[in-house]
Amino acid sequence: MKLRLKHRFTGFTLDLALEAGSGITALFGRSGAGKSTIINAVAGLLRPDEGQLEVAGETLMDTARGIHMPPHKRRFGTVFQDARLFPHLSVGQNLDFGTRYAPDGTRVPRGDVIELLGLSALLERAPNTLSGGEKQRVALGRALLSAPRMLLMDEPLASLDTTRKNEILPYLEQLRDGPLRLPILYVSHAVEEITRLADILVVLEGGQIAVQGPLRDVMSDPAAVPLIGVREAGAVIEATVQSHDPDGLSTLKLAVGQLVLPGVQAAVGARVRLRIKAQDVMIARTKPENISALNVLPATVTAIQIGSGPGAALTLDIGGAHILARITRRAVTELDLRVGSSCFAVLKSTAIAPSSIGR
Amino acid sequence: MTLDSVAWDALRLSLWVAVWATLIAVPLALWVAWILARKEFWGKSLLNAAVHLPLVLPPVVTGYVLLVLFSPTAPAGAALATIGLTLAFKWTGAVLAAIVMGFPLMVRAMRLAIEAVDPKIEDAAATLGASRASVFARITLPLVAPGILAGAVMGFAKAMGEFGATITFVANIPGQTQTLPIAIWTALQIPGGEGKAAAMALLSCAVALGAIFLSEWLARRVATRISGAP
Repeated sequence: MKLRLKHRFTGFTLDLALEAGSGITALFGRSGAGKSTIINAVAGLLRPDEGQLEVAGETLMDTARGIHMPPHKRRFGTVFQDARLFPHLSVGQNLDFGTRYAPDGTRVPRGDVIELLGLSALLERAPNTLSGGEKQRVALGRALLSAPRMLLMDEPLASLDTTRKNEILPYLEQLRDGPLRLPILYVSHAVEEITRLADILVVLEGGQIAVQGPLRDVMSDPAAVPLIGVREAGAVIEATVQSHDPDGLSTLKLAVGQLVLPGVQAAVGARVRLRIKAQDVMIARTKPENISALNVLPATVTAIQIGSGPGAALTLDIGGAHILARITRRAVTELDLRVGSSCFAVLKSTAIAPSSIGR
Repeated sequence: MTLDSVAWDALRLSLWVAVWATLIAVPLALWVAWILARKEFWGKSLLNAAVHLPLVLPPVVTGYVLLVLFSPTAPAGAALATIGLTLAFKWTGAVLAAIVMGFPLMVRAMRLAIEAVDPKIEDAAATLGASRASVFARITLPLVAPGILAGAVMGFAKAMGEFGATITFVANIPGQTQTLPIAIWTALQIPGGEGKAAAMALLSCAVALGAIFLSEWLARRVATRISGAP
């Protein structure tokens, strides 16, 4: 999918060019950054001031040439923040509505979707009797059954509480890694969702794309820290579950070294991705002893980004993987940290919430 | 207190006129309600005013306007006459009067129902591949159904009770334009006709009650369907 878009709002102009291929492309930006406008323009629900949309060589929209394919012909199944289930139809009928318009030969097996999303117990229920999380699962199932060429998700978890969110995220991970392999454009302002789901991350700022690239690259780029938000920014790394220990902790194997974290919800041998928030990482020049933090990793500073305030962001190389650390400028000076300095990254086990660990 | 053939003729005519008026007015009212609820265009408030005018005008004036527009010598009346449709002093004219008088009530009920349907739900249906027509038939129409029903019941009741515009436009011809209310009024004009009038008034009440029960029953059926209960 190739999109070019220009749309004026009072106050700012959305002006961007975007490409999304296989996997999950996440569009990250603050509320009011124009994310929903992008989704609506792609889905065909909004006519932008200027824009082109091309999918696999087919032009779906080109304002200059007066092309505007109506939404039902575009086939971008969309999951909205408010599930938008049809209130007069049961869950099963809502799902069937998706199937009804799927082009012949592209039908997704209904049973597979019901199983994937755990909907079998809900089929007879009316939408207004469902919880928020259940509604979103039904909305997702309905969109999948319409056999879309791409799935659009507009803040699908934003109206759910943390528990419900954590209940749905594994389904989305399964969808990403499962046999359907549907390309997804996923819009969110929640860093946690994005770091768990995205393959490609696009960060919007002031109506434009500030940075885009593979999730790991963007998240470990110290220059992106202010865009992500200093309290939320943090590199995403991959690890393998090595053991679950009797005291409730789990040991994860990194390329070099290991991490000890509180109970990880994955089997031994499973690959997990986790975000290590930059602000949770401390730096020591010498190996600290008699310290409560269980994770002390030898590291090399590969980049230093001095912020506009008192802070600084450091990129650390720990055996080939990159993590970010956010410390003060004063600490940079006092510890005499430079690019190439060797040091130790210190991370409390409890700093990593189980919900920020995904597959 | 007896019901003679005049009373039964009047009842039959009233029902006939009311059924025709309702059948013709419902799709029209739905269309106008749709436009008023969903579209923005120049002259919208003018259309709105025109629709509501019969509600505020004295019915005699509405009847007079119809007479002026649709008498066989008037342009509109003459145009309809060429396709074999005469309205003045015919039951067809009584249907038109009933439509015009009931229209504002129908449009109001339907417009409220349409405004209660979130267009975002229709958008969602469109992204799933449903064309505009399919969205209307499968999503909008079922959700608006209670409003359509309410509007139809109001229009029917108005048509059953319409007097002023009807008698002005199509006069008082037994078997042709003498509807039940007009027959009651006629009976009251004749000395000693009170008993006949009372009998017809009771008949009128019975029909009205029947209509209410029928509409309640229909509304319940629609409501169960809409709530999605099996």
